[in-house]
Amino acid sequence: MSAPSGGGASRDGYGSALLKLSSNPNIVVLEADLGKSTKSCHFRSEYPDRTFSLGIAEQNMMLVAAGLASSGKIPMASTFAIFTERGFEQIRNGIARPCLKVHICGSHGGIHTGSDGSSAQSIEDLAIYRTLPNMTILHPADDISAEELTIQVAELEGPSYMRTIRNKVPRSYTDETKNNLKIGKGNLLKEGKDVVIISCGVMVSKSIDASIILKNEGIDAAVIDMHTIKPLDGDLVDMWSKRCGCIVTAEDHSIIGGLGSAVAEHNSKNNLVPIEMVGVKDIFGESGDSEELFKKMSMATEDIVKAAKKSIGRK
Amino acid sequence: MPFNMGITELEEMASRCRINIIKMIHKAQSGHPGGSLSAIDMIVGLYGTVLNIDPSNPNWEDRDRFIMSKGHASPAVYSILNEFGIINEQDFMSFRRLGSVCQGHVDMKWTDGVDFSAGSLGMGLSFGLGCSLAAKLDNSERKIWVMIGDGETQEGQIWEAIMAADFYSSDNLKLIVDKNGIQNDDFVSKQMEVGDLRGKIESFGWEVREIDGHNMDQICDAIDWADKGKKGPMAIIANTIKGKGVSYMENNPSFHGKAPNDEEYQIAMEELA
Repeated sequence: MSAPSGGGASRDGYGSALLKLSSNPNIVVLEADLGKSTKSCHFRSEYPDRTFSLGIAEQNMMLVAAGLASSGKIPMASTFAIFTERGFEQIRNGIARPCLKVHICGSHGGIHTGSDGSSAQSIEDLAIYRTLPNMTILHPADDISAEELTIQVAELEGPSYMRTIRNKVPRSYTDETKNNLKIGKGNLLKEGKDVVIISCGVMVSKSIDASIILKNEGIDAAVIDMHTIKPLDGDLVDMWSKRCGCIVTAEDHSIIGGLGSAVAEHNSKNNLVPIEMVGVKDIFGESGDSEELFKKMSMATEDIVKAAKKSIGRK
Repeated sequence: MPFNMGITELEEMASRCRINIIKMIHKAQSGHPGGSLSAIDMIVGLYGTVLNIDPSNPNWEDRDRFIMSKGHASPAVYSILNEFGIINEQDFMSFRRLGSVCQGHVDMKWTDGVDFSAGSLGMGLSFGLGCSLAAKLDNSERKIWVMIGDGETQEGQIWEAIMAADFYSSDNLKLIVDKNGIQNDDFVSKQMEVGDLRGKIESFGWEVREIDGHNMDQICDAIDWADKGKKGPMAIIANTIKGKGVSYMENNPSFHGKAPNDEEYQIAMEELA
């Protein structure tokens, strides 16, 4: 039974994008018993002949997708983010290594998944897939951006992993501003001069909220939606870290290996400025309401505000 | 076009392939002779009779596929690609060396005529199922042949794929099990007995035939049977001898992944001549 998810849940954007992609006859959809949750179910309803259920068998699904891609199809394979990891070595050896155009969507990513508890809360997916050569890694902020980026994914020349989330969040995009989105290019949502907050996924809207609180306290924060974790838009990081002199990263993901790490790796080679990372601090989550969990795990809007002040203090 | 070779021609080709398998592994001083020698007769039988490929255009989109899931038996694949002129002796004699088109495990990105990047066991049948579904979507008659080892059936993913192939009535998917009874460390029966493979695969809805995997008559009959089959996925269990053709390698677990030294190489060449 899938939870209601109208409005701004990025999984809905994935589902609607598949329908928009359907005019390309090479697009095929693969499911592992979670199509109602990942929202590939809408494509299944319209195009059952191009939708393949593989049952609760993710390892098989990844290689079936690879075989389809080797034969000219464009497979869009989805399950929960955590269960894509069941097929990690399949993705590594069967998809990334031969650079086959398989596009994996892991839904229900992060602590934000909430009440299902820690077994369902992938906090490491972005990190593990980021280590694979040839892979493009995406984590959109809302449904509108997820739809636009999923449509662009189908044009990539290699494999990709996109993490979507289960619950509605305030939208960061409109039908007009979505045109600013381009895979591999971070999107500046707000200019600023004191600190740049680089975020992805559900943390984008929280980062915007944090920038409003900071503004009231006289701090001018820039906000970037870094929807593409890999390849990282290093030029944009450089431009705004130089202008602001310090960075905050914000992600619903372990601070080991994800967006924060990617920005820190880049920063260490280019333009050394202080970085504070907001994210999961090397612990597992638990059941609970998303916002309560974010508070308990120091990932709420006020934690981004605190991190911004701390980063500014380290200049 | 299929090559439709006769039994004698196929047996002669298999003999040449065996010599080249040993040559490339000896030159590299690295590689897997046992599983290459057990598999080669079926591979020759397949390529020499029904497999629809165009050696002058190995990437022809509508070719039949041969998915070598037990990718460590790459010398067997390189030896057959050499027979059909897709690679040459210089290529396979650089096996496992830096920059060689003949990688340690078969790799579709490195070698023309290789349809799958293997090396991690248990994945090829799933890949073949994906190729099979794509062929159906394309309304193509192309067939997908997959070879696995018996030890490889210890991987759970093999059974995921066997279940799914029946679910999709994949009558263009043909499985060959090279049942040589030996895996990396020891005999399959000592590592993890796989039991009645025929019964197990049949219980998933497949049609299965069991043969002597070194008898070219039986091989050709079974391949023809599987090629013509239209009821669903079909499997050939080929009972084979690991290291077949080289006396000291036959049924010897220590030659799963070991190259012959110079003295052993001479003995092998004399026996295979």
